[in-house]
Amino acid sequence: MTNPYVPLLFLAACGVGFAVVSVLGLSFVGPRRYNRAKVDAYECGIEPTPQALGGGKVPVKYYLTAMLFIIFDIESVFLYPFAVAFSKLGLFALVEMVLFILTVFVAYAYVWRRGGLEWD
Amino acid sequence: MSLIVSLAAGAQNGVHAIAPSLASADNPIADFSDTPWWLSLIKALLVFVFLLINTLLVIWFERRVIGRMQQRPGPNRTGPFGLLQTLADGLKLAFKEDLTPKNADKVVFLLAPMIAGAMAFISFSIIPMGPVVSMFGHRTPLQLTDTPVAVLLVLAVAGVGVYGIIMAGWSSGSTYPLLGGLRSTAQVISYEIAMGLSLVAVFLYSGSMSTSQIVASQKSLWFIIPAFFSFLVYVVTMVGETNRLPFDLAEGEGELTGGFHTEYSSMKFAMFFLGEYVNMFTVSALATTMFLGGWQAPPGIAAINDGMFNQGWWGLLWFVIKLWSFMFFFVWLRGSLPRVRYDQFMRFGWKFLIPVTLLWVVSVAFIRGAQLAFFGESTRTATVIVVGVISLIALAAAWLWEGQHEAAAVPAERPEEIDPFAGGYPVPPMPGQRLREPSQQAERSLAGSTGHPELSDQEESRG
Repeated sequence: MTNPYVPLLFLAACGVGFAVVSVLGLSFVGPRRYNRAKVDAYECGIEPTPQALGGGKVPVKYYLTAMLFIIFDIESVFLYPFAVAFSKLGLFALVEMVLFILTVFVAYAYVWRRGGLEWD
Repeated sequence: MSLIVSLAAGAQNGVHAIAPSLASADNPIADFSDTPWWLSLIKALLVFVFLLINTLLVIWFERRVIGRMQQRPGPNRTGPFGLLQTLADGLKLAFKEDLTPKNADKVVFLLAPMIAGAMAFISFSIIPMGPVVSMFGHRTPLQLTDTPVAVLLVLAVAGVGVYGIIMAGWSSGSTYPLLGGLRSTAQVISYEIAMGLSLVAVFLYSGSMSTSQIVASQKSLWFIIPAFFSFLVYVVTMVGETNRLPFDLAEGEGELTGGFHTEYSSMKFAMFFLGEYVNMFTVSALATTMFLGGWQAPPGIAAINDGMFNQGWWGLLWFVIKLWSFMFFFVWLRGSLPRVRYDQFMRFGWKFLIPVTLLWVVSVAFIRGAQLAFFGESTRTATVIVVGVISLIALAAAWLWEGQHEAAAVPAERPEEIDPFAGGYPVPPMPGQRLREPSQQAERSLAGSTGHPELSDQEESRG
């Protein structure tokens, strides 16, 4: 086996096959009895509130979290090749990486100071 | 200044001395050249079945252990020791009605559980479960596959798995799932950063992202010792990643009913359930591989009879033991800790784990640089000494901080007597405190504010 990604696809096929068969295949096994209340959104016995798809709003906080995630995820992705090749790169890479981490840390300190990490 | 110059010179020397021997160290060490495609297919099926059976077992195990921790027997009726309980539950789920809410986005609603269920399996393909064994006349490692970026692949697949959660939350067309899905996604991505950073220390020591290479480089010393702090961070983040107690905020029953899978029933719900447990196995297996020496025998046993227990199928035994210790740890956490609050959880992730892990990565890089330049590749003593000194300093700092904290807390002495209405609303007394008798002054202020003294009397007699 020369290509290491082919066995990966085998296992993925097992997983996808299992999921598709059990969700689609077995959905005909159960009973089907229609009931108006049953297909309503699940809430505590009251009329459901206006929901998400029809213009329900999402706190902007989550978008901020997603953007911060991208910054730091890219930082850690940059750290991986550095870590793997560290023994070959030597002191130069060490200094460079410390400078890089410090640079991102400035942004981090700014976000912290402006209250971007507060959650109420 | 001279120190820096000597460090530079040392690093240069070290690099020249070591570079040739590490020429291809970042490539997988597992050899798949004697593995035909049909054997890979059989191995993929075996891994799949291994995960399914383990999931069935661990759900039973969890309920039994939790039961024991709560002074009750747990499920013990279905099959020997109740072992078939999960299978019975799964069958029951299959025969339940498959509901789709009328507000739901039908396609995405159907797709989400499939993604959650299917993606969970893929990561396990790069986990080394044992050394080379002979299967059907071929010599093949007990590992489905390995690539030079194997660990990155696990993180990537985990990233795709998050889509299952957010799509389930969004497509249900209901308030609780939407909030639960958002919370869960924010939680998983927040802790993914700290998890990714904690792994950097391991890569610094192993010089590779291939899992078989990482296991091989732990032959003399498991990475849990030189990278102990990374291990602690990883253990915290893996609980956050898998949405398990005490971090199962997306499913806080008191506030969000079931979180993102509130509207799901029957096999669609079962897929989320399965995905969660398979993810637990994946993160535990990754922890085993990265920090606990993978399939290698514990240090004492490994030395017996010239490494006899590190060969062949024995590796699978050690791997499974380590894997299940993590599963027990998950159950133990669930049995002993209450759920944390969401803002506390996010604050801990963003304001503590990320900066501290970054600091740790930088210090490991310096330790590793010193090791490569001055002490040579084989010397682990330096690492152990440095780690020991750092942990002593950390303990001392924590102790000092704790002391200061207590000192700051003590002066705020409670008065003997409190006025329960001083803050505008009634406050109960602390232990040992006495309530101040309603004084004329208070009555007067009440009377002054309303202008009807007889009314305030009525209020008091009522209240």
